[in-house]
Amino acid sequence: MKLLCLVAVVGCLLLPPAQANKVRESSEDIRCKCICPPYRNISGHIYNQNVSQKDCNCLHVVEPMPVPGHDVEAYCLLCECKYEERSTTTIKVIIVIYLSVVGALLLYMAFLMLVDPLIRKPDAYTEQLHNEEENEDARAAVAATASLGGPRANTVLERVEGAQQRWKLQVQEQRKTVFDRHKMLS
Amino acid sequence: MMDFLEEPIPGVGTYDDFNTIDWVREKSRDRDRHREITNKSKESTWALIHSVSDAFSGWLLMLLIGLLSGSLAGLIDISAHWMTDLKEGICTEGFWFNHEHCCWNSDHVTFEDRDKCPEWNSWSQLIISTDEGAFAYIVNYFMYVLWALLFAFLAVSLVKVFAPYACGSGIPEIKTILSGFIIRGYLGKWTLIIKTITLVLAVSSGLSLGKEGPLVHVACCCGNILCHCFNKYRKNEAKRREVLSAAAAAGVSVAFGAPIGGVLFSLEEVSYYFPLKTLWRSFFAALVAAFTLRSINPFGNSRLVLFYVEFHTPWHLFELVPFILLGIFGGLWGALFIRTNIAWCRKRKTTQLGKYPVVEVLVVTAITAILAFPNEYTRMSTSELISELFNDCGLLDSSKLCDYENRFNTSKGGELPDRPAGVGVYSAMWQLALTLILKIVITIFTFGMKIPSGLFIPSMAVGAIAGRLLGVGMEQLAYYHHDWAIFNSWCSQGADCITPGLYAMVGAAACLGGVTRMTVSLVVIMFELTGGLEYIVPLMAAAMTSKWVADALGREGIYDAHIRLNGYPFLEAKEEFAHKTLAMDVMKPRRNDPLLTVLTQDSMTVEDVETIISETTYSGFPVVVSRESQRLVGFVLRRDLIISIENARKKQDGVVSTSIIYFTEHSPPMPPYTPPTLKLRNILDLSPFTVTDLTPMEIVVDIFRKLGLRQCLVTHNGRLLGIITKKDVLKHIAQMANQDPDSILFN
Repeated sequence: MKLLCLVAVVGCLLLPPAQANKVRESSEDIRCKCICPPYRNISGHIYNQNVSQKDCNCLHVVEPMPVPGHDVEAYCLLCECKYEERSTTTIKVIIVIYLSVVGALLLYMAFLMLVDPLIRKPDAYTEQLHNEEENEDARAAVAATASLGGPRANTVLERVEGAQQRWKLQVQEQRKTVFDRHKMLS
Repeated sequence: MMDFLEEPIPGVGTYDDFNTIDWVREKSRDRDRHREITNKSKESTWALIHSVSDAFSGWLLMLLIGLLSGSLAGLIDISAHWMTDLKEGICTEGFWFNHEHCCWNSDHVTFEDRDKCPEWNSWSQLIISTDEGAFAYIVNYFMYVLWALLFAFLAVSLVKVFAPYACGSGIPEIKTILSGFIIRGYLGKWTLIIKTITLVLAVSSGLSLGKEGPLVHVACCCGNILCHCFNKYRKNEAKRREVLSAAAAAGVSVAFGAPIGGVLFSLEEVSYYFPLKTLWRSFFAALVAAFTLRSINPFGNSRLVLFYVEFHTPWHLFELVPFILLGIFGGLWGALFIRTNIAWCRKRKTTQLGKYPVVEVLVVTAITAILAFPNEYTRMSTSELISELFNDCGLLDSSKLCDYENRFNTSKGGELPDRPAGVGVYSAMWQLALTLILKIVITIFTFGMKIPSGLFIPSMAVGAIAGRLLGVGMEQLAYYHHDWAIFNSWCSQGADCITPGLYAMVGAAACLGGVTRMTVSLVVIMFELTGGLEYIVPLMAAAMTSKWVADALGREGIYDAHIRLNGYPFLEAKEEFAHKTLAMDVMKPRRNDPLLTVLTQDSMTVEDVETIISETTYSGFPVVVSRESQRLVGFVLRRDLIISIENARKKQDGVVSTSIIYFTEHSPPMPPYTPPTLKLRNILDLSPFTVTDLTPMEIVVDIFRKLGLRQCLVTHNGRLLGIITKKDVLKHIAQMANQDPDSILFN
């Protein structure tokens, strides 16, 4: 528990700096967007260019200039130029993380609903004896001080199994409270 | 004689699920712990470091909560943005781009049509390689509905299979938890994961719901999970609730980009006890969360919220009349919504409708999607709609709503005069009116379904639409009748008089206030959204009017109404108890009931106590000197008794069923050859609260509220007479208000 906490803490502290320090290698992550409204008989236009913030003004971005030289200043006063940046790597990473979590959850859901009952069926009768045996094994393994690989792995598996069983019971309880008895969350 | 070991048994001092905590005990335990650490810190350097780190741990925890909430909010925002656009098409440059980012670098966007670019392909373009024609429209329609149904189905299945507590908004339950109730698993890691994932799916499916309420739940889950890393907060339920208050503030802060509004929301709506120390820490957590979200930059342009407003045009005094009208509309809509939504949720609870949650979600999604696609204002996501409605039209805008006729020759410095509406504006008004009706009706059925659903964005949408309609109406009135008396002084021809975007904002605030009955926090959130103090007076006028109108029609806000619907044991802190009943009218046992079950201080055996525990279901027992005198010694909890007796039977030699249990300092004199006695003084609460039987219930209710008691003993002439628990108080209040006292559940 404490180790998990330490990992979570370190992860939390490293996450935003890692995000913020992503090197903006691709120039396609910055742009200067100038929107120019209709002027006299020229229709409105939007200009996009990958320039840095100091070059983000009408004169650098609006090319080719639709008005002759003396009108440029009046035209540029109407235009509005904004500097924008984004991080495509952040977007890509987050979408990939999200889709993989959804995929993992869907697989686990399929496993729980389809595969799990099939695995548990043959053990229905011998399950109790099997559990008792494994419990005794687990206690014996814990009591033994020798670092045997076999029983130790059994204990870990047994612990995971036990945690999963407890979690399933918890979810069943929650489902009954919310969906069947409507005691909570209407 | 066996002396009881003084070390605490694991399990003593914890609470069962669906029970209320004892605030007084938790707070005094924290003070004891703090005193012990301070005393020890003088002994060695290590202890000094320990005491400094203990003081610092609160701030470190706030920092971590802010970081985690901000990161999760960024993930939710970016994923929801992408998946919403997935219903309409996909980007060929990289499937992870949504529509706006796909066309970001494109050279083919035009001024009139800023959405079209060749890199973004709608589904009809992918399937039948064309975007024009009736068949393409049908294909797009079909794919839209299909994706919406798929997202909704995924959301409700994930909720049902993995974390049933992840449905709904979460704020009523968090209010109850913060008032001292325990709901195990409600703020756990599975609930966190499932709520985050399914919130994105629910928002993307086009349903009329928002993500602000669920974000508060997500932030509180983060707070609860991170509490486990710190001993100080893991073991103490009262300190943990301080952390949860701060986490709720961080949740609202990332939802709206409003740290101060978040803290005030936590103070006003969510928290029960809010000590001043928590204020500073909540602000810190909210700030860290907002800063983390900003650095992830989910919307580009370093904005935190999609509908950040940037105009600063002034408003005029006569406009207070339409603003107050919007306030009245907001109040009326709020009261109507609460009444109909509660009626529908009650139907879901009691009739057959509640047995088919998955089917219900799919049907509502299908209806919403089928009705939403034809109208472009319902097809876009609600946040985008609000953003467009808040926008002040300038020369640079080319949307339908900004299709005004430009009949002027010069424009002075960016300030546009009022202009007559063009064809586009009129058709937009019709479409917006239809949108308003659809949103009003469908939100009633959407809020409360078995998927994460929030209320803020739909209410703001309803208000924004109403406000914009009124604003455009006022603007056209001012243009065509500029010679009327009211417009003459302020709205001369050529002046920029009316800003419909401001009306939309005021309408949104009014509707949100009417539904949730927020006051200060609402105004602060709205003015943090706009970044200017100019609009505080209109916002306050609308918010106050809407609250008064809504309060006249129905006493409670939506969250309190849901608390009452579900029967949570929440003692309302804001209402006065105005009846003249006395403590002896409420206490148990009542006149014809058997006498109060008590334990004596040194004359009961282990077997007697176990019988009492198995025969009754009380959560605690008073301890008296003897049955004849009924003089009070203290109060002992059932759970602690069970754990201690079980532990004593296993660990101590000689403790059998006939051993005497004693709560005094020293064992009573025993004849020889009797089994050893069992001392349980350390689980006895030696300072239970008592009132006399003639105390007015007003004072008793006040004591329960202010001190956070679970139970209070009633004495008469110094002798123990009965007990009043928090559930009894709640039932009594319900009875006095003519409600069904049996609706208080969790008995």
